[in-house]
Amino acid sequence: MTGSASILPLRVDSLGFSADSRTLLADVSFTLPAGGITAVIGPNGAGKSLLLRLCHGLLMPGAGRVEWARDRAGRKRHAMVFQRPVMLRRSAEANLEHALAAAGWASVERRERVLAALARFGLQPLADSPARLLSGGEQQRLAIARAWALAPEVIFLDEPTSHLDPGATRQIETMLFALAADGVTLVMATHDLGQARRLAHRVLFLNRGQLVEDAPAPMFFESPATAEAKAFVAGDLLW
Amino acid sequence: MEPVDAFANAFRLVRELDPAFTGIVALSLRVTGSAVLIAALIGLPLGALLALSRFPGRSGVIILVSALMGLPPVVAGLAIFLLLSRAGPLGGFGWLFSPTAMILAQAVLVLPIVIALTRQVIEDLWAEYREHLMSIGMTGIRAIPTLLREARFSLATALLAGFGRASAEVGAVLIVGGNIAGYTRTMTTAIALETSKGDLPLALGLGLVLIALTLLINALAYGVSRIGLRTAGQGA
Repeated sequence: MTGSASILPLRVDSLGFSADSRTLLADVSFTLPAGGITAVIGPNGAGKSLLLRLCHGLLMPGAGRVEWARDRAGRKRHAMVFQRPVMLRRSAEANLEHALAAAGWASVERRERVLAALARFGLQPLADSPARLLSGGEQQRLAIARAWALAPEVIFLDEPTSHLDPGATRQIETMLFALAADGVTLVMATHDLGQARRLAHRVLFLNRGQLVEDAPAPMFFESPATAEAKAFVAGDLLW
Repeated sequence: MEPVDAFANAFRLVRELDPAFTGIVALSLRVTGSAVLIAALIGLPLGALLALSRFPGRSGVIILVSALMGLPPVVAGLAIFLLLSRAGPLGGFGWLFSPTAMILAQAVLVLPIVIALTRQVIEDLWAEYREHLMSIGMTGIRAIPTLLREARFSLATALLAGFGRASAEVGAVLIVGGNIAGYTRTMTTAIALETSKGDLPLALGLGLVLIALTLLINALAYGVSRIGLRTAGQGA
């Protein structure tokens, strides 16, 4: 996005992770090209959040590799939005400022990015409000704006709307469409099938730590290839 | 002297701001204030470091620091006395029986409180903030300034608790200060001395100031937590 060569495609190769001798993710491989919204779906405990954390570098893989096309060259070019937004005890604007400072932006650039992020998502009215007193939906919009401010090529989102009401969910989804239209590559974990249908171009379907299906969204929802995916799409309980 | 007269005289001392009386109050505030400042400068970063680091024996250190919160002031006084006495390792400075010695002794009393409470607060905060701070590239020691700032309201309360403990203690300042009139006589040592001499008005007047100070500290702590709640929301 900012001139220099892209970190994409991301290649995930035979990725595995275990904790306390339990295998939580095994042999997951896929390639993430630039653009589009990829939904990572599956029941609770399938390993969706774990996969995102491994890709974002918050956890080290137990097996396999996460390989960006270009890595370790300056600033991190991927960001993450969590299920429960982590807001610092300061104003909305200061929260953006803090993230940019932590990521190493110079103060002049920082100022511009903060104002741009507030303007981009219509958050100027909230700029001076204490971030932790904002509503859940406002906090999540601010968290997405904060991720965007870091100028990432990829944003990982872990169940960004799971604790929000329909109105707030709609606002978040509108933001995500706008981001995708800007060319930001989105990877979103969700267990909300409706949301995956509305947003996703591609689906990674996980069950019990395995990547069961990797397909374009329309194909996945119309004719899932595996029995597990058929059952999940039909609304059956998987275990 | 009748207790009623003693009270009347005590109020007069407070009202008229008797110079000997205000001198004692000012010295007490200076000593305790400096001790809390020193303890904060050392204890806040150290407590945060203890919260974030993992090393063998860490649990032992945490238990030791908590135990030191209950260190008897006379024992702290004795330790500083031995350090500063002519034959002690810091004897060359000639600090014994000076306000400096009293500041050191009270800092020793306040430091474990600051470290222990900071460790607790920062550890809780880290659990909440860890993934976000890692995500934006803030790991390890680099996260400490952010965490200390985020914990500012809880930490202010911890410092006030330390101030309360130090301003109320007699043993440590008596041993290392020597209760020298006009030089190392604080509110608490003066109360102990004047009571034993039978000069109740001065003792009572100083007692009133001490109680007022305690009230003020608690009011401040309450105010700080209210401000925290208003600007930072739950869990401030």
